[in-house]
Amino acid sequence: MLEIVVQSRIVVLVKQVLDANVRPRVRPDGSGVDLAHLKLSMNPFDEIALEAAIRLKEQGAAQEVVALTVGRGKAQDTLRAALAMGADRSILVESEFELEPLAIAKTVRSVLADIEPVLVIAGKQAIDDDCHQTGQMLAALLGWGQALCASRIALSPDQVEVDCEVDNGRETLRLPLPAVVTTDLRLNTPRSISLPNLMKAKSKPLDIVASSTLGIDVRPRLKIVEVREPPVRSAGVRVHSAAEIAQVLKDLEAA
Amino acid sequence: MKILVMAEHNGTTVESQTLAAIAAGVQIGSVEVLVAGHACSAVAERIAGLEGVERVWLADAPAFASQLAENVAALALELMPRFDAFVAPATSRGKAVAPRVAAILDVMQISDIVAVDGPRVFKRPIYAGNAIQTVESEEPKLVLTVRTSAFRPLGERAHVCEIVPVATVHELGLSELIGSDVVKSDRPELASAKIIVSGGRALRDAETFSRTLAPLADRLGAAIGASRAAVDAGYISNEYQVGQTGKIVAPEIYLAVGISGAIQHLAGMKESRVIIAINSDADAPIFQVADYGLVGDLFEAIPEILKQLAA
Ligand SMILES: Cc1cc2nc3c(=O)[nH]c(=O)nc-3n(C[C@H](O)[C@H](O)[C@H](O)COP(=O)(O)OP(=O)(O)OC[C@H]3O[C@@H](n4cnc5c(N)ncnc54)[C@H](O)[C@@H]3O)c2cc1C
Ligand SMILES: Nc1ncnc2c1ncn2[C@@H]1O[C@H](COP(=O)(O)O)[C@@H](O)[C@H]1O
Repeated sequence: MLEIVVQSRIVVLVKQVLDANVRPRVRPDGSGVDLAHLKLSMNPFDEIALEAAIRLKEQGAAQEVVALTVGRGKAQDTLRAALAMGADRSILVESEFELEPLAIAKTVRSVLADIEPVLVIAGKQAIDDDCHQTGQMLAALLGWGQALCASRIALSPDQVEVDCEVDNGRETLRLPLPAVVTTDLRLNTPRSISLPNLMKAKSKPLDIVASSTLGIDVRPRLKIVEVREPPVRSAGVRVHSAAEIAQVLKDLEAA
Repeated sequence: MKILVMAEHNGTTVESQTLAAIAAGVQIGSVEVLVAGHACSAVAERIAGLEGVERVWLADAPAFASQLAENVAALALELMPRFDAFVAPATSRGKAVAPRVAAILDVMQISDIVAVDGPRVFKRPIYAGNAIQTVESEEPKLVLTVRTSAFRPLGERAHVCEIVPVATVHELGLSELIGSDVVKSDRPELASAKIIVSGGRALRDAETFSRTLAPLADRLGAAIGASRAAVDAGYISNEYQVGQTGKIVAPEIYLAVGISGAIQHLAGMKESRVIIAINSDADAPIFQVADYGLVGDLFEAIPEILKQLAA
């Protein structure tokens, strides 16, 4: 007789971005930021999201961790890294151009229908577009609750409790499942990837779905008029003693 | 264009970010303000007396007491048929509510605007402020969050506008607030402080951080800030972090003490009017943005500055 096992799955949204340690170069013609030949990595908040999901699985609170990304073909590298960290399987929704958060949220919603996760964990923001939108949009489209900027996640079979970092401190939220959680820096320190795990990851599933097959209108809604370097601050003066700093402070206070 | 601005408040006081969001809204069109909360009529009255505000919508109900994003977004969506734009300050709450409103309206949000170039054209920083994007929206409705440090708050005026109660209660039950740990400090708020004294990894530990910086902050009436390294090392709690992933500030004076000036930190403070840096490393990147830089040991410099200020 077949036993039906109820799988509790966590989907982690990961985005491939310009590595946090690389200084972005704005194209002189104002058309955007040049990523050619630069190091791309998993968005740091998404690494934290993935680490959180893996730990929940290790604690027995979940059975499967699925890493999901929407991006170009080369985003497979980021999924390989996710698999090496400990995701069980991964999905790339391949799109020729960069999608906006609304289109990503719609795409993810469509893919989730087959996975039926109890929890989706995303980063609080992608460090390239700094939008801070995708998790909330996904939650709204699904009619789910959201807990943002998590510094603690406690998952039980029917609810999740999350400490959320807010402007003036911390709030603890309790949400029925399924729900969306986004991560903040202090949630955990992501594990590093070992070579054996990187090798093992090669045999884990990486499914590729063409964005065009999902029937979602993902055309950009916003027009990027131009992208420019910010005005540079001219370097100031070197002072040579603490007394001079005190004088500057006194003058500024008096002004 | 008719704009609905979401008020950020704590039930009794109107946060300065609300004033800045209203100021941004006024540059786009005529502004009405949504106040959601419980027993918060004082907030609505204060806002009704602010320059640029033409009407206040007050949703005062126990269901809004914790201002949960799901409920507040549902409330805003109820009002949105009357408006062309939804504008929220880029605070924790604004950032939680606005994308839900945008998603249900099926429009793309523009986050963290720092300038209004036209009613549908905005500037916003990307890549931690290493690039500034100019975006134009032709969406049927605009949804924006406002980087409040970039807009000067408008003042009060003599008359007050009408306050319209909203009776519908939105209690979706999608989340519940079960605890909060809100920092109470006698010092000014980071977001609105005129002066910020900010410390980095060099401050060694929590005790040293506080012992070194608190007297100077007290003397200057300043808020205290920190780099991520200082927060991660437990010198001070997370609400004090300045930077790409912390608070974005633009005070009159920003004093960076033992902070190297990583791009993620600069993203949060480089719009300050005057930047003063103290760092023992002459090559620290913070000096590239500092108006006044002192190369030296902070543990000698800070007591000396205090002594000089007292003189
Ligand atoms: C995704 C991401 C997001 C991030 N977000 C943020 C953010 O929001 N905010 C943020 O701050 N960082 C952020 N960071 C971290 C950032 O990259 C830096 O690691 C951090 O800002 C360094 O903090 P620090 O300057 O205090 O420490 P350090 O870089 O270690 O600098 C310490 C400085 O103190 C000086 N010093 C040492 N002793 C003395 C002394 N006795 N007197 C005077 N000077 C002394 C040293 O010369 C040095 O320059 C982020 C990083 C990533 C990857
Ligand atoms: N292209 C993408 N594919 C998968 N997840 C994404 C993508 N873009 C954004 N996300 C997720 O949404 C979070 C917030 O991104 P953003 O709204 O762009 O700041 C990220 O940290 C990711 O977890």
